[in-house]
Amino acid sequence: MNKNLNILTNGILKENPVLVLLLGMCPTLGTTSSAINGFGMGIATAFVLVCSNLVISLLKNLIPDKVRIPAFIVIIASFVTVVEMIMQAYMPPLYESLGLFIPLIVVNCIVLGRAEAFASKNTPLSSTFDGIGMGAGFTLALTILGAVREFLGTGKIFDFPVYPEDYGLIIFVLPPGAFIVLGFLIVIVNKLKTTKN
Amino acid sequence: MTYVLIFISAVFINNVVLSQILGICPFLGVSKKIDTAIGMGISVTFVIAIATLVTFLLMQYILIPFNLKFMQTISFILVIAALVQMVEIILKKVSPSLYQSLGVFLPLITTNCAVLGVAILVTKDDIYSKSLLLSMVYAISTAIGFALALIIFAGIREHLNIMNVPKAFQGIPVALIIAGILAMIFMGFTGIV
Repeated sequence: MNKNLNILTNGILKENPVLVLLLGMCPTLGTTSSAINGFGMGIATAFVLVCSNLVISLLKNLIPDKVRIPAFIVIIASFVTVVEMIMQAYMPPLYESLGLFIPLIVVNCIVLGRAEAFASKNTPLSSTFDGIGMGAGFTLALTILGAVREFLGTGKIFDFPVYPEDYGLIIFVLPPGAFIVLGFLIVIVNKLKTTKN
Repeated sequence: MTYVLIFISAVFINNVVLSQILGICPFLGVSKKIDTAIGMGISVTFVIAIATLVTFLLMQYILIPFNLKFMQTISFILVIAALVQMVEIILKKVSPSLYQSLGVFLPLITTNCAVLGVAILVTKDDIYSKSLLLSMVYAISTAIGFALALIIFAGIREHLNIMNVPKAFQGIPVALIIAGILAMIFMGFTGIV
Protein backbone atom coordinates (compact mmCIF):
# COMPACT_ATOMS: atom_id res chain seq x y z
CA MET A 1 0.00 0.00 0.00
CA ASN A 2 2.89 2.30 0.86
CA LYS A 3 4.33 1.74 -2.58
CA ASN A 4 1.04 2.72 -4.21
CA LEU A 5 0.91 5.89 -2.10
CA ASN A 6 4.38 6.74 -3.35
CA ILE A 7 3.26 6.23 -6.95
CA LEU A 8 0.30 8.51 -6.27
CA THR A 9 2.27 11.45 -4.85
CA ASN A 10 5.05 10.93 -7.39
CA GLY A 11 2.73 12.00 -10.22
CA ILE A 12 1.44 15.04 -8.36
CA LEU A 13 4.71 16.56 -7.17
CA LYS A 14 8.04 14.99 -8.05
CA GLU A 15 7.16 13.99 -11.59
CA ASN A 16 4.43 16.47 -12.36
CA PRO A 17 3.67 15.78 -16.03
CA VAL A 18 3.37 19.43 -17.04
CA LEU A 19 5.76 21.36 -14.83
CA VAL A 20 8.56 18.79 -14.48
CA LEU A 21 8.26 16.24 -17.32
CA LEU A 22 7.02 18.90 -19.78
CA LEU A 23 4.54 16.56 -21.51
CA GLY A 24 1.16 17.37 -22.99
CA MET A 25 1.88 20.99 -23.83
CA CYS A 26 -0.91 21.51 -26.38
CA PRO A 27 -3.93 21.12 -24.05
CA THR A 28 -1.96 22.81 -21.28
CA LEU A 29 -1.54 25.97 -23.31
CA GLY A 30 -4.68 25.75 -25.41
CA THR A 31 -7.39 25.24 -22.82
CA THR A 32 -6.28 27.25 -19.79
CA SER A 33 -7.87 30.59 -20.64
CA SER A 34 -9.75 30.31 -17.31
CA ALA A 35 -9.37 28.21 -14.15
CA ILE A 36 -12.59 26.28 -14.75
CA ASN A 37 -11.61 25.36 -18.33
CA GLY A 38 -8.22 24.14 -17.14
CA PHE A 39 -9.87 22.12 -14.37
CA GLY A 40 -12.38 20.57 -16.81
CA MET A 41 -9.66 19.61 -19.26
CA GLY A 42 -7.58 18.17 -16.42
CA ILE A 43 -10.44 16.00 -15.17
CA ALA A 44 -11.27 14.77 -18.68
CA THR A 45 -7.65 13.80 -19.31
CA ALA A 46 -7.35 12.21 -15.84
CA PHE A 47 -10.42 10.06 -16.54
CA VAL A 48 -8.96 8.82 -19.82
CA LEU A 49 -5.59 8.25 -18.15
CA VAL A 50 -7.00 6.16 -15.27
CA CYS A 51 -9.25 4.05 -17.51
CA SER A 52 -6.64 3.43 -20.21
CA ASN A 53 -3.95 2.61 -17.63
CA LEU A 54 -6.26 0.09 -15.96
CA VAL A 55 -7.40 -1.58 -19.18
CA ILE A 56 -3.93 -1.68 -20.72
CA SER A 57 -2.39 -3.24 -17.62
CA LEU A 58 -5.17 -5.85 -17.60
CA LEU A 59 -4.61 -6.67 -21.27
CA LYS A 60 -0.82 -6.39 -21.30
CA ASN A 61 -0.28 -10.15 -21.61
CA LEU A 62 -2.82 -10.53 -24.43
CA ILE A 63 -1.48 -7.76 -26.69
CA PRO A 64 1.35 -8.92 -28.99
CA ASP A 65 4.44 -6.80 -28.55
CA LYS A 66 4.66 -5.78 -32.22
CA VAL A 67 1.24 -4.16 -32.43
CA ARG A 68 1.12 -2.74 -28.92
CA ILE A 69 1.24 0.96 -29.90
CA PRO A 70 -1.77 0.78 -32.31
CA ALA A 71 -3.62 -1.33 -29.73
CA PHE A 72 -2.93 1.27 -27.01
CA ILE A 73 -4.11 4.05 -29.32
CA VAL A 74 -7.40 2.24 -30.03
CA ILE A 75 -8.04 1.73 -26.29
CA ILE A 76 -7.24 5.38 -25.54
CA ALA A 77 -9.36 6.62 -28.45
CA SER A 78 -12.36 4.61 -27.21
CA PHE A 79 -12.20 6.27 -23.78
CA VAL A 80 -11.76 9.69 -25.39
CA THR A 81 -14.94 9.07 -27.39
CA VAL A 82 -16.73 8.14 -24.14
CA VAL A 83 -15.55 11.39 -22.48
CA GLU A 84 -16.56 13.38 -25.54
CA MET A 85 -20.09 11.95 -25.50
CA ILE A 86 -20.53 12.41 -21.73
CA MET A 87 -19.37 16.04 -21.92
CA GLN A 88 -21.58 16.79 -24.92
CA ALA A 89 -24.60 15.38 -23.09
CA TYR A 90 -24.13 16.74 -19.56
CA MET A 91 -21.73 19.71 -19.82
CA PRO A 92 -22.48 21.50 -23.11
CA PRO A 93 -20.88 24.87 -22.13
CA LEU A 94 -17.59 23.23 -21.13
CA TYR A 95 -17.75 21.03 -24.24
CA GLU A 96 -18.14 24.16 -26.38
CA SER A 97 -15.25 26.04 -24.79
CA LEU A 98 -12.82 23.10 -24.86
CA GLY A 99 -13.93 22.25 -28.42
CA LEU A 100 -11.23 20.65 -30.51
CA PHE A 101 -9.04 19.81 -27.54
CA ILE A 102 -11.29 16.99 -26.29
CA PRO A 103 -10.71 14.66 -29.30
CA LEU A 104 -7.07 15.74 -29.14
CA ILE A 105 -6.66 13.96 -25.77
CA VAL A 106 -5.89 10.93 -28.00
CA VAL A 107 -2.58 12.44 -29.07
CA ASN A 108 -1.69 13.77 -25.60
CA CYS A 109 1.81 12.44 -24.94
CA ILE A 110 1.04 11.85 -21.24
CA VAL A 111 -1.64 9.24 -21.88
CA LEU A 112 0.33 7.18 -24.41
CA GLY A 113 3.54 7.80 -22.47
CA ARG A 114 2.16 6.35 -19.21
CA ALA A 115 0.60 3.43 -21.10
CA GLU A 116 3.95 2.55 -22.62
CA ALA A 117 6.21 3.39 -19.68
CA PHE A 118 4.09 2.25 -16.74
CA ALA A 119 0.85 0.37 -17.45
CA SER A 120 2.39 -2.13 -19.86
CA LYS A 121 4.84 -3.25 -17.17
CA ASN A 122 2.94 -3.04 -13.86
CA THR A 123 -0.04 -4.55 -12.03
CA PRO A 124 -3.56 -3.16 -12.60
CA LEU A 125 -3.70 -1.72 -9.06
CA SER A 126 -0.48 0.27 -9.22
CA SER A 127 -1.28 1.34 -12.81
CA THR A 128 -4.59 2.77 -11.58
CA PHE A 129 -2.78 4.65 -8.83
CA ASP A 130 -0.27 5.93 -11.36
CA GLY A 131 -3.17 7.13 -13.53
CA ILE A 132 -4.79 8.91 -10.60
CA GLY A 133 -1.50 10.51 -9.52
CA MET A 134 -0.55 11.68 -13.01
CA GLY A 135 -4.10 12.84 -13.70
CA ALA A 136 -4.19 14.81 -10.45
CA GLY A 137 -0.79 16.37 -11.21
CA PHE A 138 -2.00 17.35 -14.69
CA THR A 139 -5.27 18.77 -13.33
CA LEU A 140 -3.41 20.70 -10.62
CA ALA A 141 -0.97 22.25 -13.11
CA LEU A 142 -3.75 23.19 -15.55
CA THR A 143 -5.91 24.68 -12.81
CA ILE A 144 -3.02 26.79 -11.46
CA LEU A 145 -2.11 27.98 -14.96
CA GLY A 146 -5.76 28.75 -15.73
CA ALA A 147 -6.24 30.59 -12.44
CA VAL A 148 -3.12 32.75 -12.94
CA ARG A 149 -4.15 33.63 -16.48
CA GLU A 150 -7.74 34.37 -15.48
CA PHE A 151 -6.56 36.50 -12.53
CA LEU A 152 -4.08 38.56 -14.60
CA GLY A 153 -6.35 38.79 -17.62
CA THR A 154 -9.82 39.46 -16.22
CA GLY A 155 -9.37 40.00 -12.49
CA LYS A 156 -11.33 36.90 -11.53
CA ILE A 157 -10.54 33.46 -10.10
CA PHE A 158 -13.08 30.70 -10.84
CA ASP A 159 -15.40 33.50 -12.04
CA PHE A 160 -15.15 35.18 -8.62
CA PRO A 161 -14.22 38.87 -9.14
CA VAL A 162 -11.09 39.98 -7.23
CA TYR A 163 -10.40 43.36 -8.83
CA PRO A 164 -12.22 45.37 -11.54
CA GLU A 165 -12.06 43.76 -14.96
CA ASP A 166 -10.92 47.00 -16.63
CA TYR A 167 -7.50 46.73 -14.99
CA GLY A 168 -6.91 43.22 -16.37
CA LEU A 169 -4.35 42.67 -19.12
CA ILE A 170 -6.40 40.82 -21.73
CA ILE A 171 -3.21 39.53 -23.39
CA PHE A 172 -2.92 36.91 -20.63
CA VAL A 173 -6.19 35.27 -21.71
CA LEU A 174 -5.03 35.21 -25.35
CA PRO A 175 -2.49 32.65 -26.72
CA PRO A 176 0.68 34.75 -26.04
CA GLY A 177 -0.20 34.87 -22.34
CA ALA A 178 -0.36 31.06 -22.20
CA PHE A 179 3.24 30.71 -23.36
CA ILE A 180 4.55 33.44 -21.06
CA VAL A 181 2.71 32.35 -17.88
CA LEU A 182 3.71 28.68 -18.36
CA GLY A 183 7.31 29.77 -18.96
CA PHE A 184 7.39 31.67 -15.68
CA LEU A 185 5.64 28.83 -13.77
CA ILE A 186 8.36 26.40 -14.92
CA VAL A 187 11.00 28.93 -13.88
CA ILE A 188 9.49 29.03 -10.38
CA VAL A 189 9.45 25.20 -10.19
CA ASN A 190 13.10 25.06 -11.36
CA LYS A 191 14.07 27.65 -8.76
CA LEU A 192 12.29 25.71 -5.99
CA LYS A 193 14.03 22.49 -7.06
CA THR A 194 17.51 24.05 -6.93
CA THR A 195 16.98 25.75 -3.56
CA LYS A 196 15.65 22.48 -2.10
CA ASN A 197 18.79 20.65 -3.19
CA MET B 1 -8.99 35.12 -54.61
CA THR B 2 -10.65 32.85 -52.05
CA TYR B 3 -7.59 30.60 -52.13
CA VAL B 4 -5.25 33.53 -51.45
CA LEU B 5 -7.41 34.65 -48.53
CA ILE B 6 -7.47 31.14 -47.06
CA PHE B 7 -3.71 30.95 -47.45
CA ILE B 8 -2.98 34.29 -45.76
CA SER B 9 -5.42 33.66 -42.94
CA ALA B 10 -4.11 30.12 -42.24
CA VAL B 11 -0.43 31.09 -42.39
CA PHE B 12 -0.42 34.43 -40.57
CA ILE B 13 -3.68 35.26 -38.80
CA ASN B 14 -4.76 31.88 -37.48
CA ASN B 15 -1.27 30.41 -37.35
CA VAL B 16 -1.66 26.83 -36.19
CA VAL B 17 1.09 27.03 -33.55
CA LEU B 18 1.02 30.60 -32.33
CA SER B 19 -2.69 31.34 -32.43
CA GLN B 20 -4.51 27.98 -32.32
CA ILE B 21 -1.87 26.36 -30.08
CA LEU B 22 -1.62 23.00 -31.83
CA GLY B 23 1.54 21.01 -32.40
CA ILE B 24 3.49 22.49 -29.50
CA CYS B 25 5.50 19.31 -28.77
CA PRO B 26 7.45 19.31 -32.07
CA PHE B 27 7.52 23.13 -31.94
CA LEU B 28 9.49 22.99 -28.68
CA GLY B 29 11.20 19.65 -29.34
CA VAL B 30 12.80 19.98 -32.77
CA SER B 31 13.49 23.71 -32.92
CA LYS B 32 17.07 23.69 -31.72
CA LYS B 33 18.60 23.83 -35.23
CA ILE B 34 17.30 25.43 -38.43
CA ASP B 35 18.17 22.34 -40.53
CA THR B 36 16.08 19.95 -38.45
CA ALA B 37 13.27 22.52 -38.29
CA ILE B 38 13.15 22.66 -42.10
CA GLY B 39 13.11 18.83 -42.27
CA MET B 40 10.29 18.63 -39.75
CA GLY B 41 8.36 21.39 -41.53
CA ILE B 42 8.49 19.56 -44.86
CA SER B 43 7.52 16.18 -43.34
CA VAL B 44 4.56 17.70 -41.49
CA THR B 45 3.33 19.48 -44.64
CA PHE B 46 3.52 16.19 -46.51
CA VAL B 47 1.64 14.22 -43.86
CA ILE B 48 -1.01 16.89 -43.18
CA ALA B 49 -1.83 17.10 -46.91
CA ILE B 50 -2.23 13.33 -47.33
CA ALA B 51 -4.00 12.85 -43.99
CA THR B 52 -6.55 15.58 -44.74
CA LEU B 53 -7.25 14.10 -48.16
CA VAL B 54 -7.84 10.61 -46.78
CA THR B 55 -9.83 11.63 -43.68
CA PHE B 56 -12.00 13.96 -45.79
CA LEU B 57 -12.92 11.10 -48.11
CA LEU B 58 -13.39 8.73 -45.16
CA MET B 59 -15.76 11.20 -43.49
CA GLN B 60 -17.76 11.96 -46.66
CA TYR B 61 -18.11 8.47 -48.09
CA ILE B 62 -18.02 6.13 -45.10
CA LEU B 63 -18.72 7.78 -41.75
CA ILE B 64 -21.55 10.14 -42.74
CA PRO B 65 -23.51 7.75 -45.07
CA PHE B 66 -23.36 4.92 -42.52
CA ASN B 67 -24.16 7.26 -39.62
CA LEU B 68 -20.91 6.48 -37.79
CA LYS B 69 -19.87 10.02 -36.91
CA PHE B 70 -19.09 9.03 -33.32
CA MET B 71 -16.28 6.83 -34.64
CA GLN B 72 -14.49 9.93 -35.93
CA THR B 73 -11.74 10.16 -33.32
CA ILE B 74 -10.87 6.45 -33.39
CA SER B 75 -10.91 6.07 -37.17
CA PHE B 76 -8.99 9.31 -37.83
CA ILE B 77 -6.15 8.49 -35.45
CA LEU B 78 -5.84 4.99 -36.89
CA VAL B 79 -5.80 6.35 -40.44
CA ILE B 80 -3.13 8.89 -39.52
CA ALA B 81 -0.98 6.30 -37.75
CA ALA B 82 -1.27 3.93 -40.71
CA LEU B 83 -0.54 6.74 -43.19
CA VAL B 84 2.60 7.82 -41.38
CA GLN B 85 3.81 4.23 -41.41
CA MET B 86 2.99 3.93 -45.11
CA VAL B 87 4.67 7.21 -46.05
CA GLU B 88 7.75 5.98 -44.22
CA ILE B 89 7.82 2.67 -46.13
CA ILE B 90 7.17 4.29 -49.52
CA LEU B 91 9.81 6.98 -49.00
CA LYS B 92 12.34 4.33 -48.01
CA LYS B 93 11.86 2.57 -51.37
CA VAL B 94 11.25 5.52 -53.70
CA SER B 95 13.62 8.17 -52.42
CA PRO B 96 16.20 6.89 -49.95
CA SER B 97 17.94 10.28 -49.78
CA LEU B 98 14.75 12.08 -48.73
CA TYR B 99 14.06 9.25 -46.29
CA GLN B 100 17.50 9.69 -44.79
CA SER B 101 16.90 13.37 -44.13
CA LEU B 102 13.28 13.03 -42.90
CA GLY B 103 13.56 9.57 -41.33
CA VAL B 104 13.82 10.49 -37.69
CA PHE B 105 10.87 12.92 -37.79
CA LEU B 106 8.30 10.68 -39.45
CA PRO B 107 7.34 8.47 -36.46
CA LEU B 108 7.01 11.59 -34.31
CA ILE B 109 4.32 13.03 -36.57
CA THR B 110 1.62 10.55 -35.46
CA THR B 111 1.46 12.28 -32.09
CA ASN B 112 1.58 15.78 -33.58
CA CYS B 113 -1.81 17.17 -32.66
CA ALA B 114 -1.73 19.59 -35.60
CA VAL B 115 -2.34 16.65 -37.98
CA LEU B 116 -5.39 15.27 -36.17
CA GLY B 117 -6.46 18.84 -35.30
CA VAL B 118 -6.58 19.97 -38.93
CA ALA B 119 -8.38 16.77 -40.01
CA ILE B 120 -11.09 17.33 -37.37
CA LEU B 121 -11.34 21.10 -37.94
CA VAL B 122 -11.97 20.52 -41.65
CA THR B 123 -14.92 18.21 -40.92
CA LYS B 124 -16.43 20.67 -38.42
CA ASP B 125 -16.17 23.78 -40.61
CA ASP B 126 -19.25 24.66 -42.70
CA ILE B 127 -17.34 25.73 -45.82
CA TYR B 128 -14.42 23.30 -45.85
CA SER B 129 -16.52 20.22 -45.11
CA LYS B 130 -18.30 20.67 -48.46
CA SER B 131 -15.34 21.15 -50.79
CA LEU B 132 -12.32 18.89 -51.04
CA LEU B 133 -10.30 21.53 -52.92
CA LEU B 134 -10.85 24.23 -50.30
CA SER B 135 -10.03 21.73 -47.55
CA MET B 136 -6.77 20.82 -49.21
CA VAL B 137 -5.81 24.50 -49.70
CA TYR B 138 -6.58 25.14 -46.04
CA ALA B 139 -4.64 22.06 -44.86
CA ILE B 140 -1.54 22.84 -46.90
CA SER B 141 -1.61 26.52 -45.88
CA THR B 142 -1.89 25.50 -42.22
CA ALA B 143 1.07 23.18 -42.63
CA ILE B 144 3.10 25.97 -44.24
CA GLY B 145 2.17 28.17 -41.27
CA PHE B 146 3.49 25.46 -38.96
CA ALA B 147 6.75 25.22 -40.92
CA LEU B 148 7.13 29.02 -40.93
CA ALA B 149 6.63 29.34 -37.16
CA LEU B 150 8.99 26.42 -36.53
CA ILE B 151 11.78 27.83 -38.73
CA ILE B 152 11.53 31.36 -37.28
CA PHE B 153 11.59 29.91 -33.77
CA ALA B 154 14.59 27.69 -34.57
CA GLY B 155 16.44 30.72 -35.88
CA ILE B 156 15.84 32.58 -32.62
CA ARG B 157 16.84 29.56 -30.52
CA GLU B 158 20.12 29.16 -32.42
CA HIS B 159 21.01 32.69 -31.37
CA LEU B 160 19.91 31.94 -27.83
CA ASN B 161 22.67 29.35 -27.50
CA ILE B 162 25.33 32.05 -27.34
CA MET B 163 23.36 34.22 -24.89
CA ASN B 164 23.86 34.29 -21.16
CA VAL B 165 20.51 32.98 -19.84
CA PRO B 166 19.88 32.77 -16.04
CA LYS B 167 20.06 29.17 -14.83
CA ALA B 168 16.39 28.74 -13.87
CA PHE B 169 15.33 30.07 -17.29
CA GLN B 170 17.55 27.80 -19.38
CA GLY B 171 16.00 25.43 -21.91
CA ILE B 172 12.21 25.25 -22.15
CA PRO B 173 11.17 28.26 -19.96
CA VAL B 174 13.01 30.88 -21.99
CA ALA B 175 11.83 29.18 -25.19
CA LEU B 176 8.21 29.42 -23.98
CA ILE B 177 8.56 33.10 -23.14
CA ILE B 178 10.06 33.79 -26.59
CA ALA B 179 7.22 31.81 -28.19
CA GLY B 180 4.83 34.10 -26.28
CA ILE B 181 6.49 37.20 -27.72
CA LEU B 182 6.41 35.61 -31.19
CA ALA B 183 2.69 34.93 -30.72
CA MET B 184 2.18 38.60 -29.84
CA ILE B 185 3.95 39.57 -33.08
CA PHE B 186 1.65 37.26 -35.06
CA MET B 187 -1.35 38.89 -33.33
CA GLY B 188 -0.34 42.02 -35.23
CA PHE B 189 -1.56 40.35 -38.44
CA THR B 190 -5.15 40.26 -37.11
CA GLY B 191 -7.46 42.20 -39.36
CA ILE B 192 -5.38 42.29 -42.55
CA VAL B 193 -7.89 40.06 -44.35
